[in-house]
Amino acid sequence: MLAIAFYILAAVTVVSGALVITARNPVHSVLFLILAFFSAAGLFVLMGAEFLAMLLVVVYVGAVAVLFLFVVMMLDVDFTKLRQGFANYLPIGMVVGILLLIELIMISSAVAQRGAAAGQSPQVYDAEMSNIEAIGRVLYTDYVYVFQAAGLVLLVAMIGAIVLTLQHRTYVKRQDIHTQVTRRRKDAVAIVKVKTGEGIKE
Amino acid sequence: MTIGLEHYLIVSAILFTIGVFGIFMNRRNIIIILMSIELILLAVNINFVAFSTHLHNVQGQIMAMFVLTVAAAEAAVGLAILVTFFRNRGDIEVDDASMMKG
Repeated sequence: MLAIAFYILAAVTVVSGALVITARNPVHSVLFLILAFFSAAGLFVLMGAEFLAMLLVVVYVGAVAVLFLFVVMMLDVDFTKLRQGFANYLPIGMVVGILLLIELIMISSAVAQRGAAAGQSPQVYDAEMSNIEAIGRVLYTDYVYVFQAAGLVLLVAMIGAIVLTLQHRTYVKRQDIHTQVTRRRKDAVAIVKVKTGEGIKE
Repeated sequence: MTIGLEHYLIVSAILFTIGVFGIFMNRRNIIIILMSIELILLAVNINFVAFSTHLHNVQGQIMAMFVLTVAAAEAAVGLAILVTFFRNRGDIEVDDASMMKG
């Protein structure tokens, strides 16, 4: 049962990952990316990392993929032109990819058979100590400074993204709070003696 | 047939290779390059979590969480740069990105 679930989720992850880079329409790429993240979250659940699986769904599917979708739909780009040269890079890409895959699989199987984790089964969390409790106990004690630094990274990224994309349009009238609150009566109102029947000249 | 560490590591290796291959193949389309980087980071996360659960040590999951944080920040800033580049150029061809040098 576990094996069937693993093979289905792994196949969906790998196939949708491959479709991300080969889909003609970038909107389809983003949707396949979402599918890849969903099935990877399923793999995390199989391994017993439920909290990280939920985090993956919330952060990637809820935030990052939707951000990608917005940008892809917002930019008016001719994507067929960008696909030119796909075939030029195919041979070298194939060679590098296959070499990398063989190396990674050899290292993986060596580590899995003779490494520290050889023959271990995934950790089982029970009601006494759930996965999220185990993470919380370590995250807020040993890694509290790193946790704060991660928050700082997100803050910097947020400010950076706002600064990069903020546009100052000159034709838009904006409220200037400083001039508004420093305005005094003498700047705005003048008392003028008006003679009857003559009107006011500037 | 039991599913062990090796199976997860091989899925992760395939996903990592797909990501690197995607960067090679879509040299001109920076949006696909950013998505390939997300795939690579996902592969790294699968590796972290697989080792974490099989070594019965939760620290790998903490590290995967920080990788997730940095990936989200990177995606946000990368897409912001992309939007600014598109606004200046009217196109997103990476070959022309050398205009930003010096």
